[in-house]
Amino acid sequence: MYGEFHTIKFVSELCDGHMHCMRICPTQAIRVRNKKALLLEDRCIDCGECVRVCPNNAIIAMTSSFKDFSKFKYTIALPSPAFYAQFGKDTTPSLILEAFKKIGFDDAYDVACASEAVSIAIQEYLDTNKSPRPLISSFCPAIVQLIQIRYPNLLDHLIPIESPMEIAAREAKNLKMKETGLKASEIGAIYITPCPAKMLTIKNPLRKKHSFIDGAIAMHDIYPTLLQAIAQSNGSNDFKEVQGLGLGWPIVGGQVACLKAEDCLAVGGITDSVRILEDIENDKLKNIQYVECHSCPTACVGGTLAVENPYIARGRVLRMVKKYGSTPCQDREKIRGLYQKNFFSLTGKIPPHPVQPLDEEISKAIEKMQKKQGIHDKLPKIDCGACGSPTCLSFAEDVVLERVTLDDCIFVAIKKFEKLSSELLETVLRHSEKIDSNIEIITS
Amino acid sequence: MDNTFLQTFKIQGGNIYNAGKASTEIKAILKQLGINAKIVRRVAIASYEAEMNVVMYAKQATLKFEVSPSQISITVEDEGPGIPDVGLAMQEGYSTATPEMREMGFGAGMGLPNIKKNSDYLKIESILGKGTKVTITLNVN
Repeated sequence: MYGEFHTIKFVSELCDGHMHCMRICPTQAIRVRNKKALLLEDRCIDCGECVRVCPNNAIIAMTSSFKDFSKFKYTIALPSPAFYAQFGKDTTPSLILEAFKKIGFDDAYDVACASEAVSIAIQEYLDTNKSPRPLISSFCPAIVQLIQIRYPNLLDHLIPIESPMEIAAREAKNLKMKETGLKASEIGAIYITPCPAKMLTIKNPLRKKHSFIDGAIAMHDIYPTLLQAIAQSNGSNDFKEVQGLGLGWPIVGGQVACLKAEDCLAVGGITDSVRILEDIENDKLKNIQYVECHSCPTACVGGTLAVENPYIARGRVLRMVKKYGSTPCQDREKIRGLYQKNFFSLTGKIPPHPVQPLDEEISKAIEKMQKKQGIHDKLPKIDCGACGSPTCLSFAEDVVLERVTLDDCIFVAIKKFEKLSSELLETVLRHSEKIDSNIEIITS
Repeated sequence: MDNTFLQTFKIQGGNIYNAGKASTEIKAILKQLGINAKIVRRVAIASYEAEMNVVMYAKQATLKFEVSPSQISITVEDEGPGIPDVGLAMQEGYSTATPEMREMGFGAGMGLPNIKKNSDYLKIESILGKGTKVTITLNVN
């Protein structure tokens, strides 16, 4: 995992135990006990699906706010390319970058162009490396965590290439250090993020010590201010228009579209990603070179912290790619040279983080599994969730692990109550025969 | 005798939609038992191939999955055509798959060889016209 923390926080005082979050969680990491949602931290992959559905806004995405960056002498905004798709068609990426300077940032830096560079690096890696296939994109932190938790066998498939966000931040900082004479620590690189999960890679990156990004502001937090700045703009613009296929990265298939390799797949959403990962684990997709997996069904344009309807945003990305995608922003040969100098490489292994087994000792774990099976057989198997566990099977497990008791299942409780009440009635009837015959007992 | 966890699955021949469900469940159970990830993967591959053989060729089958602290075993007993020449079927690349099956990415002739590769013990008993029984065993340690 990316350390012992998560980027979502459950605010107990605001939670009414509605169970929306429990039902939607793709890794069954949420339980509702005593009308409050609880997170089983070892199962959470920070996908943020729960944040979207909570009717009380009781689940908060832990991102930064602008004032967190007052310690820096110079600030650079790095908007996710998904941000470009949150505005109307007349608002081009360069206008958006320009607007950041009007709302208090010293400068802004485009990430889409770095995405194009990273795509070239991925292609180089595919061409020159014989590591197990298919390679899996490592740019969605929720997917990386899903693999750490459920598919430790596939960690070697995650491509060891630096993310566009990091490449862009490194470039931006180097450029500004030269321009301003400031030290790296005095320059703050701030990502404008479509999801809380990116905070994981910033706070605790895998395969390296420090991120070049100093924090991330939620897209929907900064959107109103930026929209206003764009509306008031006089049209002056220091930025060149953003070009290249990197603009397509925030949609499903955007990465694959930049590659020359033909045998590639692109998947959006945890459910379908799980199906693909299962297939890879079963050795079924050996002929595929590269798999692009996103935890959000519509990829980053539909991130938890995005503003626009994800399908409208997707349409805008496609139009931008059509208009600006054909002119590359990178020199392929130059990028290949940088790749050979390990400019994009990440070294080191990603640690597995499997969910706690039922017991550390295998014979005890087997006993518990038998018990779980026995309990599951007694349950109605309709996954109603009224007990506060998402499915009957997860409830059976919670009983075995002594998190709840069997009576917490309403169906089991009703059966028990019926038995008790009929026994009681029988006892009363038996006694009534002995007592005064004038007393009438009504049975129905 | 060690304590053993047992679960059986019914597999329908020709039901491509549900193909692989048993192996997915088996995998989830093994992970919850804390079995080493590399062994889980071998079991997954072997059971998936065995399941696919049923879906492709047989009418139906019962898959019996057993785990003890020392051993994992999967027994698939099907009602199907049987294998005329088991030795031949064990050869890599030998396949009787139809063009339709190949179209779906199956029939590379790696099914049984792949099961053998990913198991510690494999036994195939087949009666022509009646069915096949495949027993796969892996050691836990």
